[in-house]
Amino acid sequence: MTTKTKSSAKPKLDFTSGWGYAPAPESSEHIKLEKRYGHFINGQFVKPSGGKYFPTINPSTEKQISEVALGDARDIDKAVKAARSAYEKVWKKMPGSERGKYLYRVARIIQERARELSVIESMDGGKSIRESRDIDIPLAAAHFFYYAGWADKLEYAFPNRKVEPVGVAGQIIPWNFPLLMAAWKIAPALACGNTVVLKPAETTPLTAMKLAEIFRDAGLPPGVVNIVNGDGRAGAALVNHPGIDKVAFTGSTDVGKIIQKAIAGTKKKATLELGGKAANIIFEDAAIDQAVEGIINGIFFNQGHVCCAGSRLFVQESVADLVIRKLKDRMQTLIVGDPMDKNTDIGAINSKEQLEKINDYLKIGVEEGAEMWQSGCAIPKNGYYCRPTIFLHVSQSHRIVQEEIFGPVLAIQTFRTVDEVIEKANNTPFGLSAGVWTDKGSKIFNLTNKLRAGVIWANTYNKFDPTSPFGGYKESGFGREGGLHGLMPYVNLK
Amino acid sequence: MARIEILKTYKLYIGGQFPRTESGRYYTLLDKKNKVIADICLGSRKDFRNAVVAARAAFGAWSGRTAYNRAQILYRIAEMLETRKAQFIVELIQQGSTKINAEKEVALAVDRLVYYAGWCDKFQQIFSSVNPVASSHFNFSVPEPTGVVAVVAPQDSSLIGLVSIIAPIIAGGNVCIALASEKMPLCSITFAEVLATSDLAAGVVNILTGKTSELISHMSSHMDVNAVVYAGKDQKEILLIKENATLNVKRVFVYQNDWNKTESQNPYFIFDAQEIKTTWHPIESIGVGGAKY
Repeated sequence: MTTKTKSSAKPKLDFTSGWGYAPAPESSEHIKLEKRYGHFINGQFVKPSGGKYFPTINPSTEKQISEVALGDARDIDKAVKAARSAYEKVWKKMPGSERGKYLYRVARIIQERARELSVIESMDGGKSIRESRDIDIPLAAAHFFYYAGWADKLEYAFPNRKVEPVGVAGQIIPWNFPLLMAAWKIAPALACGNTVVLKPAETTPLTAMKLAEIFRDAGLPPGVVNIVNGDGRAGAALVNHPGIDKVAFTGSTDVGKIIQKAIAGTKKKATLELGGKAANIIFEDAAIDQAVEGIINGIFFNQGHVCCAGSRLFVQESVADLVIRKLKDRMQTLIVGDPMDKNTDIGAINSKEQLEKINDYLKIGVEEGAEMWQSGCAIPKNGYYCRPTIFLHVSQSHRIVQEEIFGPVLAIQTFRTVDEVIEKANNTPFGLSAGVWTDKGSKIFNLTNKLRAGVIWANTYNKFDPTSPFGGYKESGFGREGGLHGLMPYVNLK
Repeated sequence: MARIEILKTYKLYIGGQFPRTESGRYYTLLDKKNKVIADICLGSRKDFRNAVVAARAAFGAWSGRTAYNRAQILYRIAEMLETRKAQFIVELIQQGSTKINAEKEVALAVDRLVYYAGWCDKFQQIFSSVNPVASSHFNFSVPEPTGVVAVVAPQDSSLIGLVSIIAPIIAGGNVCIALASEKMPLCSITFAEVLATSDLAAGVVNILTGKTSELISHMSSHMDVNAVVYAGKDQKEILLIKENATLNVKRVFVYQNDWNKTESQNPYFIFDAQEIKTTWHPIESIGVGGAKY
């Protein structure tokens, strides 16, 4: 790597004086939250069998917002039974057109309650209100709306096959996009005629509870969707319950492998959407300023808590100095702080545990000999925050290059030739996503063909849409969510 | 004086060559009357690992061939099999088949190869999509081969089972290492001779003989294998494969089809060993009024 990290000749850009933004906090006064939440089983909010609750914390203030039930195997059992009963008696028999109407209702109510849901999402998970308002919640509504329309058209999706639902789906979702992941899981499952038991992530249960209210208000028949709160133990009970026919999991590769093993002796179908370590590749002929925006969006979107984050940057050697200088300048403008402030770019790290994990990796990176650089922004005294960070002088074998950090940490490498960068980009057990930046169409298609990953963003990054299939190659999991291909995990073809 | 017949040495097929097993081990295949048919290689873990290296090396070029070219090569395999039908019929009869069934099986194997040859440049159109995203992007999803596939061929079939499983895997651009039926291995090696003369690049298909019980744990735990296809009903073997598969999140497919039926051929078998790749690119949004004519 020939990059000079201290750019001396250029005058230093000043982002600290005269550039202040007045605070623009989104109000949370209209939010109504209960002091405690149980589970949502068979259309009712119920208390946990074990009577235990755990707090859910606002990671930007470290204060408790509410508490939720600590579910155990008994709760899971009740939920699976309710789901089975609803499947056999109601949902399986209902014409697709009618199932679709419920999903349309849900989509509409999410839109109506979008503001409230965004605020809760940012309070509970720490993500900036700009992102929960403009991305998470609208996309969640869009997913229900999209799959609603599939419910009565499934025979067109799979040529020469008869489509049947799978049965009861056990779904476990992560904390990075709580409501959106619930929508990704629930909408296609219901559209295809399955019923659901969903376990939200333990640090972000609140929008799932609001979603339960929405199902209730939409008149969704009891038991069609059941939501059981809790930690990994509830998740394990769900995966191992003999009454489920399908497991859908989004989370770490480590847990994904445990789940794959747990169901090895069963007939349960599975989709696993696991970790990633995406290459974001900048060629010398790219539109550099746009590419820099793409790097920023690729790694700092949602505090870097994104499985498809562009966490490995590859810059062609001839433009490395320029790109890194511009990247640092741009990073200096990022506002890290209160998730509820509409100016905030990077909110709070989701939990104390995650912040510790990220900090561990920062230490590892430095110890392994990489050069760390962080933006100079102020961060709040309370709450879990991490400055946007890049590592220079890293090599393929560094742990910060090989392992998923799930935070705002970017490892930067350079390359000379196309072959070299393809080799380096694919040299990972993961294969979820990748980014390519070049102005040359034929080069884009060369790269998009040869990168072994499920989603390739060319001259863009971190875009999502309900019509667009998402999922990984290799150890990033299998099965797709979104689009026509997202129906496949939820049907049996005869 | 009657002429002394030349007997064939049955070997493995790895990387386009016919080596003996590196282990030097063999088992003796007997016919119904307990007469020796041949000594068969008892393939080892090392043989399998060599085959994975050969397969991985072949993957880039094979998956990079045009679909049209792959179609022609599969068709060529069918041609080669057709012209060597007699030999397969003899071997099937040696392994206990009747003449009528042997003739049927070989004919069906040829037809199946032709069937999948035809799919090579069509399944992508069936399983791909252009996705109407709600933003100014062009977005499409296409199937791509999963990679290196380990195949445990059905025990109760010598030819049609092997062909029915391998054909969709390679039609889709994957490479594979197949373990032949332990009881009926003859046709698998002879089929390798067909493959070797069909312009199929070395390493795309590798065929081993040996004991399922000995090799499946290696086949399912190898870290450079992307998927395992198991044709059979042994629950213990299925469990072992599925558990080992978790080491690197292998895709596992268990087939329990009657390969003699036409329902046992369809493009969904190709789709199994495919990954869906979605590509995004921005669309410039100047001229938002759209093209009016």
